[in-house]
Amino acid sequence: MTTQTMSNQNDHTAGHADGHHEDHHDAGGTKVFGFWVYLMSDLVIFGTLFATYAVLSGGTAGGPSGQDIFELPFVLVETFLLLFSSFTFGMGVLSMNADNVGRVKAWLGVTFLLGAAFVGMELYEFHHLIAEGFGPDRSAFLTAFFTLVGTHGLHVTFGLIWILVMLIQVSTKGLNDMTRSRIMCLSLFWHFLDIVWICVFSFVYLMGVL
Amino acid sequence: MFGKLSLESIPYHEPIIMGTVAAIVLGAVLLIGGITYFKKWQYLWSEWITSVDHKKLGIMYFLVALVMLVRGFADAIMMRSQQALAAGGAEGFLPPHHYDQIFTAHGVIMIFFVAMPMVIGLMNLVVPLQIGARDVAFPFLNNLSFWLFAAGVVLVNLSLFIGEFAKTGWLAYAPLSGINYSPDVGVDYWIWALQISGIGTTLTGINFFVTILKMRTRGMTMFRMPIFTWTSLCANVLIIASFPILTATIAMLTLDRYFGMHFFTNDFGGNMMMYVNLIWAWGHPEVYILILPAFGVFSEVVATFSRKRLFGYTTMVWATVCITVLSFIVWLHHFFTMGAGANVNAFFGIATMIIAIPTGVKIFNWLFTMYRGSIQFTSPVLWTLGFIVTFTLGGMTGVMLAVPGANFVLHNTLFVIAHFHNVIIGGVVFGMMAGLTYWFPKAFGFTLDEKWGKRSFWCWIIGFYMAFMPLYVLSFFGASRRMQSYANADWQPMMIVAWVGAVIIMAGIACTVIQLYISVRDRKKHVDVTGDPWDARTFEWATSSPAPFYNFAHLPTVNSIDGFWEDKQKNGAEALLSHGPYEDIHMPKNTVAGPVMGILSIALGFALVWHIWWLAAVSGAGIFIAFLMRVFNDDIDYYVPAAEVERIEREHRERWVRRDELEHTNRVEVRA
Amino acid sequence: MRRKSFTRAIGTLLLIALPLLLAGCGSALMDSKGQVGHEQTRLILIAFGLMLLVVIPVIGMTLWFAVRYRRSSKHATYYPDWSHSNAIEVVVWLIPCVIIAILATLTWKTSHSLDPHKPLESDVAPMEIQVVSLDWKWLFIYPEQGIATVNEVAFPKDVPVRFRVTSGSVMNSFFIPRLGSQIYAMAGMDNDLHLIANEEGIYPGRSTNYSGAGFAGMTFKAHATSEDGFDDWVAQVRESQKTLTFPEQYNALARPTQDVPVEYFSEISPNLYEDIIRSFRTGREADNAPDRQAHAPMNAEAAE
Repeated sequence: MTTQTMSNQNDHTAGHADGHHEDHHDAGGTKVFGFWVYLMSDLVIFGTLFATYAVLSGGTAGGPSGQDIFELPFVLVETFLLLFSSFTFGMGVLSMNADNVGRVKAWLGVTFLLGAAFVGMELYEFHHLIAEGFGPDRSAFLTAFFTLVGTHGLHVTFGLIWILVMLIQVSTKGLNDMTRSRIMCLSLFWHFLDIVWICVFSFVYLMGVL
Repeated sequence: MFGKLSLESIPYHEPIIMGTVAAIVLGAVLLIGGITYFKKWQYLWSEWITSVDHKKLGIMYFLVALVMLVRGFADAIMMRSQQALAAGGAEGFLPPHHYDQIFTAHGVIMIFFVAMPMVIGLMNLVVPLQIGARDVAFPFLNNLSFWLFAAGVVLVNLSLFIGEFAKTGWLAYAPLSGINYSPDVGVDYWIWALQISGIGTTLTGINFFVTILKMRTRGMTMFRMPIFTWTSLCANVLIIASFPILTATIAMLTLDRYFGMHFFTNDFGGNMMMYVNLIWAWGHPEVYILILPAFGVFSEVVATFSRKRLFGYTTMVWATVCITVLSFIVWLHHFFTMGAGANVNAFFGIATMIIAIPTGVKIFNWLFTMYRGSIQFTSPVLWTLGFIVTFTLGGMTGVMLAVPGANFVLHNTLFVIAHFHNVIIGGVVFGMMAGLTYWFPKAFGFTLDEKWGKRSFWCWIIGFYMAFMPLYVLSFFGASRRMQSYANADWQPMMIVAWVGAVIIMAGIACTVIQLYISVRDRKKHVDVTGDPWDARTFEWATSSPAPFYNFAHLPTVNSIDGFWEDKQKNGAEALLSHGPYEDIHMPKNTVAGPVMGILSIALGFALVWHIWWLAAVSGAGIFIAFLMRVFNDDIDYYVPAAEVERIEREHRERWVRRDELEHTNRVEVRA
Repeated sequence: MRRKSFTRAIGTLLLIALPLLLAGCGSALMDSKGQVGHEQTRLILIAFGLMLLVVIPVIGMTLWFAVRYRRSSKHATYYPDWSHSNAIEVVVWLIPCVIIAILATLTWKTSHSLDPHKPLESDVAPMEIQVVSLDWKWLFIYPEQGIATVNEVAFPKDVPVRFRVTSGSVMNSFFIPRLGSQIYAMAGMDNDLHLIANEEGIYPGRSTNYSGAGFAGMTFKAHATSEDGFDDWVAQVRESQKTLTFPEQYNALARPTQDVPVEYFSEISPNLYEDIIRSFRTGREADNAPDRQAHAPMNAEAAE
């Protein structure tokens, strides 16, 4: 989907300076590729945090273990909120390909609400744990747990701000090369966070409870 | 209001520090006064600070690196002096409190703020030209990367006179760097300087990776790329894959220190060895990030000045790729003495020595490039020869360290210090000096003075051997690294020899400074009107010197590895000039957001070091707003009219036609 | 002429290298006093020699090619387009491969034979000494004798010693250069290292892993004694008035001090070593790791 979308659009510079260079001035394509590379580096950060969690998950230091504090049904709701938001974002990209500005905004809006609900639930979970005395300074396990899940949550929050920015830009500028490539990047980002969350869910929560 | 910061944070009572500070302040006042007096602020702002031109950013990286080299070397000479004095019960002139900061700062500065910016600066200057591109893939990001790096530089230097720097060693091993054992702000300076500049480096890595893969000119297939571009590509892959580990690790240490978390603490289930593992999982690829581009420089230099095709191009590429991959599975050799099992140690030891194979092959390839060549003994060639000899020895001691059984007695002794200076000075420093001399005309339009360049080389190589061979010897007597003083007076003579070596290296640095001064003074004499002063082989030499801001009037077409050389053989001097008709050229506009975000990052880092939360909030918000303003700014590019391109190219042609009058002693004199 | 300058270069190299090599002969690593160290000396020399097989030709070729193919040379061949030779490629890959293959085999074997955790083969029953690195001194505990010392350790020669090594503070590395291997001392972890002394003598030991302000003075003396000498030494330690109980007296000892003189403790808490390790696994605010600067508040902003 990505490549197809990107190759459809011709940057306005192509053919201007050097007509015979196809991929040279495909700024949108370069941008999306660059964003892919960024995501890979972000993946290394998450990989590091996952590895850290694996090392420290036994270090409960007399405090609670995952089994004591994880509530699967609650996390399952979070998971579905995020999964569904990926679907709605996908619909938004389809609307963009169909050049329907109104629907793009609507789907982005829905995605925003779902994402915000996810972040809200996560904050509630964190608050609840800290109130019970199980904050990140209680044990190495909780340290690693809060950091891994919190880093993901921080990414989602940043994604929410980005959605807002795109809503403004689509409203003021419509769908042009720039906003299109930015929505494509945001889409990659959002799906990426979804995949990371699935790893968090199965690796941290499911395995913690089982 | 000011967090932990108070007037007492300024080390008034340390005469050495206050003297240095006075010198720095005086220098800064002179610099700022000079800029103001000559009314150059406008020029600096519009031509340099906000510039997105990769060549100018490269020059700025190199300039900062040279300044920091002096700072880092001042630390080095103080360490050598201390160890030359503090024998057999003598305390020397540096108390542990000060000495420990110095060796930490020396390591941090030399790796992060000298070697890295030299490598990245050279990549900036050369890679887009070599691949026939007008700029990097993301010019704004490139500017931002530089200013984030500069913010790190400023923070490290601020620690000199406000508070203190870390006393932990350059990698700040936990739990020593934890809040319990290092409650002062030193480690916080370390954290924020590295975190901010490290993010800049990651962005550079992404930028150049995309640039090399996506922006190559017509006909420039992967296996026609110059070796320097190849090694840069591999170095950037390493940056992308390893710097995020550093970012995450430093972030975890930050959480430990600021929020009482337990990643690396002794108690509460923390695991200090995880820190050591993580930091080296970044740290080992890091040394290849530095050395691979240096290998690239030598490949270009040796082929150009032997006037011969590079021997075994394909082998060279695959050897580089091998090293890139292998560099990720060797990190444990930095701590065999942790007590991992014999199988684990053997695996990492053998993986490490396997790296010696592709590296050895590279060395043979350079040798066989010289073989049946016509070698001109310019200073870049001297640096290269010095490199081959020195690096081979350093590689040998590296393999010795990689044998776990031997490592158990060599680890953490001066052997390690001698070894990594052997490869970093002999490899990276020599490489960067060769690269500086080689590509200087492309940046400035005149070559560097050869006489002082050669003097610099001889000082460096003699100084290096005098400074570090004694350390190899001392390690056999059980001398450990990082000793502020030592009881055994027998070690003192060797330490004094090492000090003399350091003084000779200092003379080498002075020679480089004099070389730069003389070359600028005599720039008319050394002018390069052809754009190709060395009769070189790659496409950065196909445009004028200094390269025009748009790099090429027409992007070149590449038919083979040595395309430019063949072009010259076929078409003679016409290969050096462009021909009309010209077209409009699409270029990025300068950016204000980059420097603004950089300056705000300094404020943010400083505020976080001293727990000045309001300032942290304000500067953090400022960075975010500056970024948003950039995002909402559509006015980011423009077209250079064809007439303007034609005018610039015509000037170049006219200068070239009159080259005999302009050029006196351009070609370097041949010495047998 | 060419030949001359080449030999001269090699000669100069040797001239520089010779005093260094000679200087190394009597050194701690080259003149080892224990079986582990002996094996390591041999290993270092073999690895060094193997690599010289390729290092010396490379350095020689570098200088030779540089002189032979200089531009001013009148009779040197010049083939500007010659850039490939299968024969050379094979050789330059093969030689490093062979040497590394030999070294790798050697590495595999010695990684196991010199594994610090591996008990030494000996007819004599090994003795155990427990080592704790503190800020900035070494605590040696003799569980069998029920004594402890600071900055001095003694053991009879020809008796394999199992050092169990931990830290009461940051990471250090326990190293007696004359005897061989070093090993990290880490808080909450129980590491071990097997060494033996085959000659009587007093050997300097130190931490090689930087651990803070007092690191330079974190040295100790290792006495390799005769069988009787060891008994005398133990008796001497037992005469001391000082005792070391956990946690009170231990905590007092663990406070950061620099350039600490030798101390003897005639009586110690049973399981002192295990208690020290366990103290890092309590999950309670550790009282055994006193702040190095107790007066520097951890949360300075809270003080305002």
